[in-house]
Amino acid sequence: MAIEVRIPTILRTYTDGAKAVEGNGSNLGELFTDLDARHPGIAARLVEGGELRRFVNVYLNDEDVRFLEGISTALSDGDSVTILPAVAGGAR
Amino acid sequence: MRYDSPLEAVGNTPLVRLPRLSAAVPGNDGGLVNLWAKLEDRNPTGSIKDRPALHMIERAEADGRLTPGCTILEPTSGNTGISLAMAAKLKGYRMVCVMPENTSEERRELLRMWGAEIISSPAAGGSNTAVRIAKEISAEHPDWVMLYQYGNPDNAGAHYTTTGPEILADLPTVTHFVAGLGTTGTLMGVGRYLREKVPGVKIVAAEPRYDDLVYGLRNLDEGFVPELYDAEVLTTRFSVGSADAVRRTRELLQQEGIFAGISTGAILHAALGVGRRAAVAGERADVVFVVADGGWKYLSTGIYTAESTEAAVEALQGQLWA
Repeated sequence: MAIEVRIPTILRTYTDGAKAVEGNGSNLGELFTDLDARHPGIAARLVEGGELRRFVNVYLNDEDVRFLEGISTALSDGDSVTILPAVAGGAR
Repeated sequence: MRYDSPLEAVGNTPLVRLPRLSAAVPGNDGGLVNLWAKLEDRNPTGSIKDRPALHMIERAEADGRLTPGCTILEPTSGNTGISLAMAAKLKGYRMVCVMPENTSEERRELLRMWGAEIISSPAAGGSNTAVRIAKEISAEHPDWVMLYQYGNPDNAGAHYTTTGPEILADLPTVTHFVAGLGTTGTLMGVGRYLREKVPGVKIVAAEPRYDDLVYGLRNLDEGFVPELYDAEVLTTRFSVGSADAVRRTRELLQQEGIFAGISTGAILHAALGVGRRAAVAGERADVVFVVADGGWKYLSTGIYTAESTEAAVEALQGQLWA
């Protein structure tokens, strides 16, 4: 089951500079474990104590997974996962 | 409608149904889903930010934080600064804005027009950097008044007392409210009000997603979450990239004749997302979304007349559009 994962600049040191990588897993936690096998160290930057780290935002098909099932959010083949640092946005 | 000052003419904006975009929502053959645009570009300086800016100033005046001759300092990517500058000019305050350098020339010209002074912050890090620099300047000038839209409860309060009640009065059947997530003031204020009045209402955030230039130097350990933000108020949150924001901004113009800024395209994208979900589930939905400002300040990007969405997106590379 292939899932596209978009990697923010700050984490591309783990992916040899790649902006997007593929991974597998039936949920987000499994996907991060799978990514960590090929990009050692990346999972620790995303997860802390079994939860997403505070300033890490993860989106499944553009929707924030904190409003879905968090790290347990189920994934399907062809899904797109985007990892982003928390950033202030909006026309302020 | 008669007023004695433009400051009194803030709010009471039109709510307009969008028949063509509603009909085009996939699965909406029965017409159960309707999209409604709250035209906040009709405020005196042309954006939704007139509401919180004026409310924050008036509350600060009322409790003595802001007194004649004061200097107001604010980190802003544009609209709040423009609103504050206009009010400051009419009320006799000096206005200093800290703004990312990669914002459009129109915004700078508008700020100068209202007499504001601009301190540019580096493009890298976008608004986060502007906030940090404004806090440093504030510490150096303790006599300056930073209203600080990211943490000032009167920002959300403006929407709790005006925007929310206007929506409910115009559309008692509202099921969804969709707005941009910046300071989070609009979503927190309207969201809290509607949740009190409308059981089951869904509060949906649309967050802009920029290209790498803006995020480039962000550190995952030092992120910024506005002090106003309370995730409990939201039902869900979408991250909308530049391509979708530009595509929807163009659709809104071409199909409904509404000339809006680019952040509104991102908000519309999220509104269409929840509208589609309701249509597929066969549920009635009245989806209200915010038109945060008009397209005037973004004309120089060329996105409205570009040959294709791809060309429009290309023109926007590296710019803060929300």
